[in-house]
Amino acid sequence: MSEPLLSVHDARVGFNTPRGLLRAVDGVSFELNQGRTLGVVGESGSGKSVLVRSLIGLVAANGFTTIGGSVKFEGRDLRSLPDAQMRAVLGSEIGIVFQDPMTSLNPVMKIGTQIGEGLRRNRGLDAAAALKRSIELLAEVGIPEPERRAGQYPHELSGGMRQRVAIAIAIACEPKLLIADEPTTALDVTVQRQILDLLQREQRQRGMAMILITHDLGVAAGRADDIMVMYAGRAVEKAATRDIFRQPRMPYTEALLRSLPRLTDAAHTRLQAIPGRPPDAARLGPGCAFAPRCPYRTDMCDAERPDLTMDGRRGFACFHPVGQGA
Amino acid sequence: MTWLSRQLLRLVAVLFAVTLLTYFIVNILPGDVAIVILGNLATPEDIAGLRKDLGLDRPMLVRYFEWLGSALSGDLGRSYRTSEPVAQAIIDRLPVSLQLMVMAQLTAVGIAIPAALLSVRKPGGIFDRISAASAFGFLAVPSFMLGIVLIYVFSVRFDLLPATGFTPMSEGLWDNLESMILPALTLGLIEWTVLMRVLRSDLLTTLKEDFILLARAKGLPPWRVLLGHALRPSSFTLITVLGLNIGGLIGGAVIVEQIFALPGVGRLLLGAIFNRDLILVQGTVTFIATSFVVINFLVDMLYAVLDPRVRHVRFRS
Ligand SMILES: Nc1ncnc2c1ncn2[C@@H]1O[C@H](COP(=O)(O)OP(=O)(O)OP(=O)(O)O)[C@@H](O)[C@H]1O
Ligand code: SF4
Ligand SMILES: [Mg+2]
Repeated sequence: MSEPLLSVHDARVGFNTPRGLLRAVDGVSFELNQGRTLGVVGESGSGKSVLVRSLIGLVAANGFTTIGGSVKFEGRDLRSLPDAQMRAVLGSEIGIVFQDPMTSLNPVMKIGTQIGEGLRRNRGLDAAAALKRSIELLAEVGIPEPERRAGQYPHELSGGMRQRVAIAIAIACEPKLLIADEPTTALDVTVQRQILDLLQREQRQRGMAMILITHDLGVAAGRADDIMVMYAGRAVEKAATRDIFRQPRMPYTEALLRSLPRLTDAAHTRLQAIPGRPPDAARLGPGCAFAPRCPYRTDMCDAERPDLTMDGRRGFACFHPVGQGA
Repeated sequence: MTWLSRQLLRLVAVLFAVTLLTYFIVNILPGDVAIVILGNLATPEDIAGLRKDLGLDRPMLVRYFEWLGSALSGDLGRSYRTSEPVAQAIIDRLPVSLQLMVMAQLTAVGIAIPAALLSVRKPGGIFDRISAASAFGFLAVPSFMLGIVLIYVFSVRFDLLPATGFTPMSEGLWDNLESMILPALTLGLIEWTVLMRVLRSDLLTTLKEDFILLARAKGLPPWRVLLGHALRPSSFTLITVLGLNIGGLIGGAVIVEQIFALPGVGRLLLGAIFNRDLILVQGTVTFIATSFVVINFLVDMLYAVLDPRVRHVRFRS
């Protein structure tokens, strides 16, 4: 088998908050092959954003932040890459789309300039060529009147349009990996689907690998090849998407699935929300982080934290996995 | 009503209030120009006569509106003492003060922006702490003391720059600049501190924004992120303070012109106050207040230049 595009081993990020060490990411490993999509699913605060940002150096170690583990991208160790080379990789081989297009575009810079900036930096285009390419990209991501839009500022566009601009920025330099960090959470329901479809289309056309972060298993359903479920900074279940939907093993994944609306449900069926709140990541006890909300919890769960164990190609972190023998 | 007409209306209202207030204050100042002109030995009859000649015996409000009427046509009256037209006296002194202010502002901004940018590269780092400490240091020094220290170091000790006096530009640009460096430095070294602190704090806020992360994700080096993405959206408070500081700067200029014997508007004002030359005081203060209001109006226009969103709201047709 060929080497994976991205392989992450035992990634850790800790914040030294005044309330104690917050393990935002606690020993996460995964691999991602060329052209494939990994869905990263978890509730707010489970560490999804911190994980991907730390992989590409946007969360860096300092007096407040500690970072551990190894990250290999095309065989290169990103954690030990000198700053200038890391910037080159980031600029030309990895693209990222953030959650909120209201805040992720520079409010005082023209859209065309924002798209062209990476091209000028990483592809050596001059201003005119960069603008021309920006306009093509705007057309490609489905923005009408791209010439006019290129000369406008972000506040002149709707949320959905802005997210399209953000996607144009992310794909401008033909990256091999696209990271989409909850790209639709801040958008109207009506445009969410369009944006996801656009992402998927671009991914297929360009053969990019994608990390699609979402708190909604349903979003990952038809789009991700594999899914990694995160809870309190840890990967608690990893499997092929169809396996997850066929039979979740970790009780948290099961609960996430139950909270999804199903086509077969009668209209107005009440969804089963997951009871309880996500844990405070700075105040984790010794046991399973999901225990306070788990219907299958036993004394063992409170005493010890289950590690992610592999069962064939899938893995889960639970002492009493659901669907035994499935 | 459009934004522009609202602003202009406000400008007129402020100027009316300011001139009336100064007229009132100037007129209750103790001391009498007639005594200053005639000397202490003058008889009460002589003094009364002169006051009548100068029109000082009539009610204040009447005199104010007369003054306002001619001021609106550009005539600020004549000095009680020298009979020189007030407007001319101001125009003669203005270039010196303007040059002082511009050079002081350039010095202040020229120190503040690089210092703020270098500080936020590593908040709490060695440069940040040095610049914070020196900012508080300079802020605590009164301008007359700083002026004297600068004169001591640069003129007395090392003989690099003239201690006092002014050389007009017509006698050579370098000689002119030389005579203005120390005065401008005196003002600028005090003003940069506030500018640096507000810019630093706004930069730190901006640097937490997602669009900064995105700029970094484009592979831009740190200084490009700072200059190209963070600086402009962080400069609004700086611009505001810059405008508001003009007031403080004018106050400082009055003192600095005195220390360095520069023939500017500030010295004109001080001289007029000592001589109880009320009409000259009134004219100078009105001029200064008008400049202050107009400059702040222009500063307000600057927001629209810097921020397309402001442009959008203000000039939407
Ligand atoms: N700079 C930081 N300093 C301190 N704590 C942080 C910092 N950034 C993130 N955290 C904490 O790390 C944890 C994980 O945050 P993260 O943003 O990765 O969550 P997420 O899964 O992306 O959530 P969301 O769905 O809300 O985006 C949270 O508890 C958050 O409060
Ligand atoms: S380890 Fe125990 S508490 Fe944790 S998910 Fe499994 S059954 Fe529930
Ligand atoms: Mg997030």
